[in-house]
Amino acid sequence: MNDGGTVWLPESASTLAPTIDSLFYFVYWASVIIFAGVVIAMLYLIWKYRRESHADRMKLVEESRLIEATWIVLPTILVLVVFVWGFRAYIKVGVAPPDAYEIRVTGKQWLWEFEYPDGTSTTGELHVPVDRPVKLVMSSTDVLHSFFVPAFRVKHDVLPNRYTSVWFEATKEGTYKALCTEYCGASHSQMTANVTVQDQGEFESWLKSAGIPSDASPVERGKILYEQQGCNTCHSLDGSEGTGPTWKGLYGHDAQLADGSTVTADANYIRQSILKPGSQIAKGYQNIMPASYGSLSERELTGLVAFIKKQSEKGRAELKAAGATSDSTAAAAADSISTGDEQQQAPSGPPGAMPSAEASNQ
Amino acid sequence: MPTSTPSTAAPSSTAGARGTDGYTHYLNKDADQPFYQRVWNWMTTVDHKKIGLMYGVSLAIVFLVAGVLAMLMRMELLSPGPELFANDTYNQLFTMHGVLMVFLFLVPSIPAMLGNFVLPMQLGAKDVAFPRLNLASYYIYVAGGLMTVGAILLGGLDTGWTFYTPYSTDAGGNAVLVMTAALFVTGFSSIFTGLNFIVTIHKMRAPGLTWNRLPLFVWGLYATSIVQVLATPVIGITMILLILERTLSIGIFDPALGGDPILFQHFFWFYSHPAVYIMILPGFGIISELMATFSRQRVYGYTAIALSSVAIALLGFLVWGHHMFVSGQSAVSAIIFSLITYLIGIPSGIKVFNWVATMYKGSIWLQTPMLYSLSFLFLFTIGGLTGIMVGVLAVDVHLHDTYFVVGHFHYVMMGGTVMALFGGLHYWWPKMTGKMYNETLGKIAAALVFVGFNITFFSHLILGSQGMPRRYATYLPRFETLHQISTYGSWVLGGGMFLILGYLLHSMVWGEEATANPWAAPTLEWTHTTPMPDPHNFEHTPIVTRGAYDFHKIEELIPGGDGAGDGAVTEVGVPASGDGASGGDGQQRRRETEQSS
Ligand code: HEM
Ligand SMILES: [Cu+2]
Repeated sequence: MNDGGTVWLPESASTLAPTIDSLFYFVYWASVIIFAGVVIAMLYLIWKYRRESHADRMKLVEESRLIEATWIVLPTILVLVVFVWGFRAYIKVGVAPPDAYEIRVTGKQWLWEFEYPDGTSTTGELHVPVDRPVKLVMSSTDVLHSFFVPAFRVKHDVLPNRYTSVWFEATKEGTYKALCTEYCGASHSQMTANVTVQDQGEFESWLKSAGIPSDASPVERGKILYEQQGCNTCHSLDGSEGTGPTWKGLYGHDAQLADGSTVTADANYIRQSILKPGSQIAKGYQNIMPASYGSLSERELTGLVAFIKKQSEKGRAELKAAGATSDSTAAAAADSISTGDEQQQAPSGPPGAMPSAEASNQ
Repeated sequence: MPTSTPSTAAPSSTAGARGTDGYTHYLNKDADQPFYQRVWNWMTTVDHKKIGLMYGVSLAIVFLVAGVLAMLMRMELLSPGPELFANDTYNQLFTMHGVLMVFLFLVPSIPAMLGNFVLPMQLGAKDVAFPRLNLASYYIYVAGGLMTVGAILLGGLDTGWTFYTPYSTDAGGNAVLVMTAALFVTGFSSIFTGLNFIVTIHKMRAPGLTWNRLPLFVWGLYATSIVQVLATPVIGITMILLILERTLSIGIFDPALGGDPILFQHFFWFYSHPAVYIMILPGFGIISELMATFSRQRVYGYTAIALSSVAIALLGFLVWGHHMFVSGQSAVSAIIFSLITYLIGIPSGIKVFNWVATMYKGSIWLQTPMLYSLSFLFLFTIGGLTGIMVGVLAVDVHLHDTYFVVGHFHYVMMGGTVMALFGGLHYWWPKMTGKMYNETLGKIAAALVFVGFNITFFSHLILGSQGMPRRYATYLPRFETLHQISTYGSWVLGGGMFLILGYLLHSMVWGEEATANPWAAPTLEWTHTTPMPDPHNFEHTPIVTRGAYDFHKIEELIPGGDGAGDGAVTEVGVPASGDGASGGDGQQRRRETEQSS
C-alpha cells in the first residue's frame, strides 16, 4: 500500500528506523509463534476432546509442576530480553548527538511552526538536510500536541510549559508527513506538516531564500505562503467548509461580520484580517486565527493578497485588467486600495500605498 | 453426535410447569398487583437479583448508545475527507463513545450486573452484605448517567475520554464540568459495590465454602473490588481538582495558571490503568467458569489463577506510567514502568495457558457461552501480545497514540471483557430470566461478532503501525483501504450485536422454560430448583463439601440433573408448596452432602 514500506511498517527514512523496526519484527514474530501455539493447542483440544455423548466424563488430570514452570519461565525470559533491547533503543531515541542541527518547533492550534538557527521561519513546512543529525526543540503555545514522523519512527509530546525534543538523522531524500498525535481540538487531524529531506547544498540555498524563489510572482509567492504558513489548515480553496472561511470567491464579496455589519472583502479587508484577525471576525467563525501573522513582511502580504484575489472571479478580472504579466504590475494590482465600489476594476492607488493608518504598521 | 440442546429437550417443559404449581419465578412474584405497584416494587427492591437486572437494562442502553456512536464514527471514516460530520461533531462522537463505554459501561458492567446476580448465589448467601447500599449504588449510577445526558444536552464535549489538560481546562464550556462531576458521582457507585462485595465474600460464604473452594468468578470479583475501593477515589479527586481549576482558576494542571499538565496524566492513569483491571478481572472470572463447565473439567492451575488475579490487581497500581512513554516523564521512570508492565503481563499470559490446558482430557461442549469463551482466548491473546508490543519502550515511541493502541485496547476490552460478558450473559440467562435463548441464533451471532470484530480491529493494528494517528476526523488518502475494511467489519459486528439483542428479548417472552441446570454446571447457583426459592435463593443454607470444580463428585450436587449435563434430564421431586419451611430441596441436598462426606 505504500512503496518502501512493509505490510506493518511504513517506509523508513532515518537512522533510528532500522533499530526500531528490527525490534518490532522480533516481538512480532515471537508473538505470532506464541499466538499460533495457543490457537493450534486450542483447536486440537476442542477437536480431540469434543463431547460425543451427554454422558461423556472428563478424566482426572494431574497438574504438572514442570509444565507450569515452563510456561512461566520461558515467557519471562522472553520479555526480559525484549525489555532490555527496548530500553537500550529508547535511550538511543532519547539522546541526540551533541553536534545535531537544532530547529525550534512550535505547535499551536492547528499548525506547526519551524524556526531555523538563521532566523528563517516557516509554517507547516520543515526542511532538513540529509545524513545529518537534526534535533527539534519543541514547545506549544496552547494545549498539548505531539510531533510524529512515521517514516522516521520518532514522536514526542509538545508541551506548553517546557521544552521537549526529538532528534533524527534522515537517510533518504524526499518528502514525508509529520502529524500531530496528541488530541488538540477541532482541526487536530489537519495539523500536519511536510518534512522535506534535501542534500546539504539544496537545503542551504532553500534556507537563504526562506523557501521562496526570488523570481516568483506575487501570486506564486502567495501560493507558497498559503501552504508554508499553514493557511491551508483552515482555509480551503475549493469552497469546502474549514475552521476558517474558504478563500474561494472571498475577494470582492460582501463579508458578513460577527458583529452584524457587512463589509466588502477588498484588499484592505484581507490585509487587516491577516494582520489583526481578531478585529473583524467573519460571521459563524471563532476568533481562533493566530495573531502571529502580524509579523509577515510587506512582500509576503502582497503575495497573499494577490493569491486570494486569484481565487475569485472578480479578483481574477482585476489581476487581468492590471495586466498582471510582469512582477511589478501584479504587485501593484495586489497592493491597490479597493474603495469598495463594486464596479471598480483597475487599481486606483499607487503601488504599496497604505490603506489606512490602522492597517499601516510601517 | 452432539446431543440436542436443552431448549428442545422434552423434560424441560415439565420443568417449566413447576413454576406454576410450586414456585413462582422471582420476576413474576407480584404479577397480580397493579402496574404502578409493580414498578414501585422494582424501584425499591433490595433483592440483589433484581438490582442486577436493573443494572443490566441500564448497561444495555448505554452499550447501545455508545455502540451506535461508534458505528457513526466508522461511517465518517469511510473516506479520508470530512463527509458526514464536521470535525467538531466527530470529536464529540469519539469522546462520548469513550466516556460511555469506559466509565458507564465497562467499569460497572460485569460486577454490577452479573456479579450482583450471581455472587450471593455462588456463595450460598441470601443476598449481598448490605442490600440497601446495593440499591443506593444503583441509583448513584443512574444519577451519573443522567448527568451525562445533561452534559450532552449542554452541547457535548470533545476532550476525549482522557480529559487531558490543558485542553480540558478551557474547552467545552459547562458540559465538561457536568461530565467530570458525573464521573465523580459514578465513582461512588463503583466504590460502594466494591465494598459490598468485599464484605460479602469475607462474611457470607456458606459453611464449608473455604477460600480455596471458591468459584473463580468470586475470586475475580474479589480482586476487582479491591481495585475499585482503592483506585476510584483517585479519579474522583482528579475530577474535583479539574472542576476547581475551571471554576476558581486555581492553577493545578493548566500551565497558564501555573499548573502542570503532566500531573493530570499521572493522576488520570493512576486510576485508569487499575481501571483496566477493574474491567478485565471479572471477565477472567467468567472465563474460568465457562471453561470449566463446558469442558467438564476442573480449571487447570486453580490456585495460580485465583492468586494471580489478586497479584495483578495490586501490581496494576504500579504501571500507570506506560501510558506516558513519550509525554515528557523522565527516562528512568519510563524504564521502570516498562519493566513492571511486563511483570504484570506474565500472569495474564499464564492464565491463558491454564484455560487452554483446562480443556485437556475434558469433554468439550460447544454451546454459545463456550463459543464466547473460546473467542475470548483467541482475542485476548492478541490483546495481550499487542500490549507487550506497546510496552516495548522504543517501539511504543512509534506506536503511541496511533490506531495500534486503539486496536490493542479494543482487543482486550471488547475481545476480552465484552466477550466474557456475553459468554456470562448467555450462561446465566436461564437463571436470570427462567428462559432459554435460541441456541442456533446464539451461535450465528457469536460467529458474526467474532468475524466482525476481527475485521474491524485487526485493520486498526495495521493502520496504527503504518502511522495512522488516533482521534482523527480526516486522514491521509493512503489509509483509505484499511479504514474502509474496518468500517465494513463494523457492520458485521453491529449486525451480530443487534441479532443478540433481538433473540434475547424474544426469549424473555417466547423462550422455552429453562431447567434448573441446563449446562450441568458445578457451582452453587445451579444447585437449586428453577424457579429458585424467593426471596432468599436457598431454602436452607447449603453446606459445601467440595471444591468449585470437582466434577468427579458432581452427581451429588446437582439435584436438577443426572450429573451428565446436556439438559439435566432427570427430574427431582420438588415440594408442592413454596413455603419453604420443610423444603424438600434443602433436605435432599443435606442428604447428598451426608453421603459425600
Ligand atoms: C498483557 C497485558 C497488557 C499490557 C502489557 C498492556 C500494555 C499497555 C501499554 C504499554 C499501553 C500504552 C500504549 C500507548 O498508549 O502507547 C496500553 C494501553 C491501553 N491498554 Fe493495555 N496492556 C495490557 C492489557 C490491557 C487490558 C487487560 C486492558 C483492559 C481491559 C488494557 C487496556 C488498555 C487501554 C484502554 C489502553 C489505552 C488507553 C488510551 O490511551 O486511551 N490493556 N496497554
Ligand atoms: Cu495501562
